[in-house]
Amino acid sequence: MSDALSYVYAVGRDLGDADLEGLAGAGVGEGDPRLVVAGGLQAVVGDVPREEFEALSLDDRLEDLGWLAATARAHHHVVDTIGSRRTIAPLSLATVYFDDDRVRTLLTDGAAAFTAVLDRLEGRAEWGVKVSMRSGGGREQPGTERPKTGAEYLRSRRQALREGDQAVARAEADAEEIDEAVRALAVASRRHRPQEQSLTGRSERMVLNGAYLVDAGAAGQLTSLVGSWSEHPRVRVELTGPWVPYSFAALEGTS
Amino acid sequence: MTGAELEPVLEPRSTSLFGDREVALVDILDRLLAGGVVLTGDITISLAGVDLVRVSLRALVTSIAPAPGPRELAVEERDGLR
Repeated sequence: MSDALSYVYAVGRDLGDADLEGLAGAGVGEGDPRLVVAGGLQAVVGDVPREEFEALSLDDRLEDLGWLAATARAHHHVVDTIGSRRTIAPLSLATVYFDDDRVRTLLTDGAAAFTAVLDRLEGRAEWGVKVSMRSGGGREQPGTERPKTGAEYLRSRRQALREGDQAVARAEADAEEIDEAVRALAVASRRHRPQEQSLTGRSERMVLNGAYLVDAGAAGQLTSLVGSWSEHPRVRVELTGPWVPYSFAALEGTS
Repeated sequence: MTGAELEPVLEPRSTSLFGDREVALVDILDRLLAGGVVLTGDITISLAGVDLVRVSLRALVTSIAPAPGPRELAVEERDGLR
């Protein structure tokens, strides 16, 4: 057995070595991405150290935050660079095979499924729309009087909670409208879990973390649509993208 | 929640294709852990543990992002764990 494993970043159907330009040393573990070809498809592959990816050690590694961040960034960088040049189906993080022969088998066996994914992604990009409550948005200023009794304190505390709930409910309704408007421009949509405040480093509560697959020709419309919400009184709407369509690259069951 | 003093500065920024320097790690992980073509590689990596990863991620992200005050964090650690 070789000491290296074949890490697969993405699959395409019209990739050439020129599409890898600028990626030398930029892969996971500072590897050089290369192409493995079979079945009319190309896989973007890099060698990674076997011991680093063995099942047991990998579970530990996913908990190793520095490693996870570096791996995710390198994976994304390779996918993003090639995805800006060609249509590709990006793979999920850390998909590894014993060797290139196994990758060729994957391409041959999965040719129809990969082709279906590439057809769906061709000429389209993913955009992210995140909706968060503005700090204090739509919420009444709480009274400043000090409660005099315990009962009074509890009453005012409950009132504050109710108002908080209402503010969240309003923001969620706003998010539904925003999602609907964006979906009208998209060919597919998907929701990721709203990011927790501790992950975003922001104090606002996120109420929508949507992903949308959008035709290249509709990108301008999307940008202006999101721009039209820049002064929204209750929620902050943030657009990210274009992304290589990670969120829409799932293989369709068996179809 | 003491929102006012933590009001983050949020400049719109272009994210991805053509230069990914500014992309937030948490946005990348949303996609890399919950998206992409999912294949059973030769070495099976259970990403069912994603929640676990996300939980531990908070430590990482807060270490690179402009961090909220420690008191705020402590509360979210407790509330956010699943």
